[in-house]
Amino acid sequence: MENMEKVKMKTQDPKERAQNFKEVELGYSKTEALKEANRCLHCKIPKCVEGCPVNIMIPEFIEQIKEGNIEKAYEIISESSSLAAICGRVCPQEKQCESKCVRGIKGESIAIGSLERYVADEAIKNGFSSLKKKRKNGKKVAIIGSGPSGLTCAGDLIKEGFDVTIYEVLHQAGGVLVYGIPEFRLPKDIVKKQVESLEQLGVKINLNVPIGNALTIDDLKKEYDAIYLGTGAGLPKFMGIEGESASGVFSANEVLTRINLMKAYKKDAKTPIKIGKKAYVIGGGNVAMDAVRSLKRLGVDAHIMYRRSEEELPARKAEVNHAKEEGIMFDLLTNPVKIIVDENNQVTGMEVVDMELGEPGEDGRRSVTEKAGSNHVVDCDMVVMALGTGPNHAALKNSKIELSDRGLIVVDGTKTSEKNIFAGGDAVTGAATVILAMEAGKKAAKEIIESLS
Amino acid sequence: MYKVYENKQISPDSYLMEIEAPLSVKKAIPGQFVIVMAKEDSERIPLTIYDYNSKDGILKIIYQVIGASTEELTHVKDELFSVAGPLGNANEICANPKEYSGKRIVYVAGGVGIAPVYPQVKFLKGKGFKVDVIYGSRQADMLLIRDQIEKVCNKISYTTDDGSFGTHGFVTEVLEKNIDSYDIVVAIGPIPMMKAVAEVTKKYNKKCIVSMNPLMVDGSGMCGACRCEIEGKPKFACVDGPEFDGHKVNFDLAMKRMKIYKEEEALKWEEMKKRLAKEKK
Repeated sequence: MENMEKVKMKTQDPKERAQNFKEVELGYSKTEALKEANRCLHCKIPKCVEGCPVNIMIPEFIEQIKEGNIEKAYEIISESSSLAAICGRVCPQEKQCESKCVRGIKGESIAIGSLERYVADEAIKNGFSSLKKKRKNGKKVAIIGSGPSGLTCAGDLIKEGFDVTIYEVLHQAGGVLVYGIPEFRLPKDIVKKQVESLEQLGVKINLNVPIGNALTIDDLKKEYDAIYLGTGAGLPKFMGIEGESASGVFSANEVLTRINLMKAYKKDAKTPIKIGKKAYVIGGGNVAMDAVRSLKRLGVDAHIMYRRSEEELPARKAEVNHAKEEGIMFDLLTNPVKIIVDENNQVTGMEVVDMELGEPGEDGRRSVTEKAGSNHVVDCDMVVMALGTGPNHAALKNSKIELSDRGLIVVDGTKTSEKNIFAGGDAVTGAATVILAMEAGKKAAKEIIESLS
Repeated sequence: MYKVYENKQISPDSYLMEIEAPLSVKKAIPGQFVIVMAKEDSERIPLTIYDYNSKDGILKIIYQVIGASTEELTHVKDELFSVAGPLGNANEICANPKEYSGKRIVYVAGGVGIAPVYPQVKFLKGKGFKVDVIYGSRQADMLLIRDQIEKVCNKISYTTDDGSFGTHGFVTEVLEKNIDSYDIVVAIGPIPMMKAVAEVTKKYNKKCIVSMNPLMVDGSGMCGACRCEIEGKPKFACVDGPEFDGHKVNFDLAMKRMKIYKEEEALKWEEMKKRLAKEKK
């Protein structure tokens, strides 16, 4: 029964794509989209909508695809998300909307993410603009950070008639969408177009402004009715093991920033990237997958090293599969103990230890312990730490906003301890996903609207 | 785009650039830095602020040509693609001058390190401090902004490696001779110089502040390229620094980390020189 299976999205051939930075997934054709849309049962009580952090009216937009009315489909998605082309590409759908799909009980769930992407790409291609703006209400909101959280918040507020200004410290808007997620997974042109569409609606974006130094939160309080802190993930974490300061040990953020934001993958790029012959990327999340697949494309023998097993890999399933197809090696249940360096402080290898899984802990994740006496050495000349991030309070300098013991911003909903200052995304949760940051941005917009009306 | 008013050569290998960058200077305090990009595809170059005027939004930087990206800066005429700042933390004396009143302070500068020293000395003069400066360079024509620094400091001593001006020798020799006259030493310059100053001050048990200038990419605490080892722990120069207690810095490691991209940088500069030579023809 072919109806039980998804229409597979075409991808670039793994061998070929492992040598370029062009997008891996090629998107649906009209026929493919229609075929997939027709699998949707249009449930009366759509579980998929519950599974979506921003509650996109999924059966409704899919219905419009069936009807061939893509502009209307885009309008429906846009009511809930102003960054559809991005979500369609980077959301972990298998854990969200698609995990709730009734079709998924006996066969494969509807490829909701692929359909969302199809609609959004058609919208960009045909210049659909579906964000309807209300009249200006005279209220001003400052948003710190132009990542997914800030952009979402800005989109929802501008539609409601607010005067919205985003402050970004880098020279390009998009946050992790431009410095973190690689071109082959999320083309930068798509991000640019989504940002431009917000600007067309009237969102102002001030680049190169380090809040905390150039302007403080107090300065912004004087000028704006509300502030949203979407400052994102903070300082990259390291393990604290011997040899971590060696030349050849990088944070995944550094590798990705050089490659994505600074375009170091291009031959004529002015910013260099130092690659090794054999690299271990330590970690199993999306950032680890992005880093390891980027290195592979630069010709590195690229490995993932993760202390738990494949089942526990936190990365989006599709990324893990793509990585495997591209020839990434997975060294699972293994953890570094020490980085070995030569007299020039250059990495020559790693002492690692085998790990054993135990019972699930309180958080539901299985505990993991070292196997005594299993230490051994692996050769490599590059180690990339993709271990998540710790808090960065540079933007909060001299402010009294309450922080948790872990240094994260304390919120009630999205409200911080300071009146009319809201926060969300990684700055509140610690390193998480793009869609969760967007969900927070959306929630904050709602709370800002309530607070200021 | 940021308007460039001036971009002139001031020594065999150094340039002074004057830029309109109001937000970078409005709240700047000496010790902080900016990141500039010549063009959209350029490298992000961290440079300490040399001089600024908060009222008219003028930022001045001094940069030494050490590779393709700084060479590219010399070709900038009317505008810069990007200026982000102020970044990092202010010098602790300038940030809390009252706490340091009555302290005898000397600044030790090496080469282009005089550029970040200047605004600190100027700022402290404004707060009533009399600050001495010891300034060393390879040779006489590489001593920069002498007129400016002399106007704001109390006493200045020059040293050159080749003896072409001032004392023949190193800044540390002059510092050690006069160490009893000071309570606090601030050193800004090449890592070997700051390391040597830290050693002298440690010997005489004097407080020592140094300004680290490691490799950096985003400059906002995101990438970790600029990590320095401070008391055995990694600290990020961009958000934890750039100034640190000189007695706690692992300078040897900092020197090794400076060399990570040496080959790539040399290659890019060679390519650029060839291209420039071709263009001249």
